[in-house]
Amino acid sequence: MNTMSTNMPLSAIGIGSMCQVVSLNLEGLLRRRILDLGMVPGTPVQCIRKSPAGDPVAYLVRDTLIALRSEDASQITVNLTKEF
Amino acid sequence: MTNANTEEHRKILREHFGITTSQGQFTVALAGNPNVGKSTVFNALTGLHQHTGNWPGKTVDNAQGNFTYLDRSFLMVDLPGTYSILAHTVEEQVARDFICFGKPDATLVVLDATCLERNLNLALQVMEITPKIIVCVNLMDEAEKKNIKIDISALQKELGVPVIATAARNGKGLDDLRQGLYEMSTGSCIAVPRQIKYSPEVENAIQQLMPNISRLIGPNLNPRWVALRLLDGDQTFIKSITHYLDLNLHLTGLQEVAV
Repeated sequence: MNTMSTNMPLSAIGIGSMCQVVSLNLEGLLRRRILDLGMVPGTPVQCIRKSPAGDPVAYLVRDTLIALRSEDASQITVNLTKEF
Repeated sequence: MTNANTEEHRKILREHFGITTSQGQFTVALAGNPNVGKSTVFNALTGLHQHTGNWPGKTVDNAQGNFTYLDRSFLMVDLPGTYSILAHTVEEQVARDFICFGKPDATLVVLDATCLERNLNLALQVMEITPKIIVCVNLMDEAEKKNIKIDISALQKELGVPVIATAARNGKGLDDLRQGLYEMSTGSCIAVPRQIKYSPEVENAIQQLMPNISRLIGPNLNPRWVALRLLDGDQTFIKSITHYLDLNLHLTGLQEVAV
């Protein structure tokens, strides 16, 4: 299976889908913050729910629910592991 | 080698952090992520002997309390709850600056037993700054309810620092905590925190920076940690160094080192 084909921005995964962090294309304070919350390459992430306007979106990371703006989530590259 | 009796250290605490200690009193910093029961630990140890205020020049709460154990007095300083001390919010700067420049006799890092993995981030960061650290794994009662078992002695071995299990709400483990703080502050317990090894490139750069850093800042700070911050390009930290260590003359020197 070609794993490259499943790489996508975190903002693109649907509710219930699981993925793994591949890379963070963020810089500075936000990068540090995301890393501090435990989102390092290889970390499993699940999309849990979206707010009525579709932004922000809640993700489950290491047993903690984290809300991210689509703007920021789109800078996180993930590998889809289970589509819902 | 303890701080408690030096006049200079008390002066730094008073002038930079607005903290007045009595002669011979140990200072303990209390750090932890938000919602790990840090305040419960603080209240359980200090009881009603507390007073609150602000950090000088910052709109960040500062709670201090004292307690006595084995005839020694301890002043406990409650730091803001943070996930990290490397990002640049005011709270994190306050926590970092106090651990770094306030030179507490011991830093107690409270972790949530139910999400240890995420909480260890902060403990590892503090371990890079100071060896005078005690890790408290709190909410053990909560973890038990969730069927989470924590091997405290294995954790202690892995981290290289004292690890104490508590359920502060029920008063469990508090005596061990007091004993641990006593041993760390008096110097009868010496921890050797496990240091994170970075990639060869980073380690190389650290080795290159360290001699110059040691020359510039003397024994006041851990040179390895300063090297890491400089490699991070952390401007606020350079500002803090010049502010707290009165090293204005060396500002350009430090920036040169950073480049």
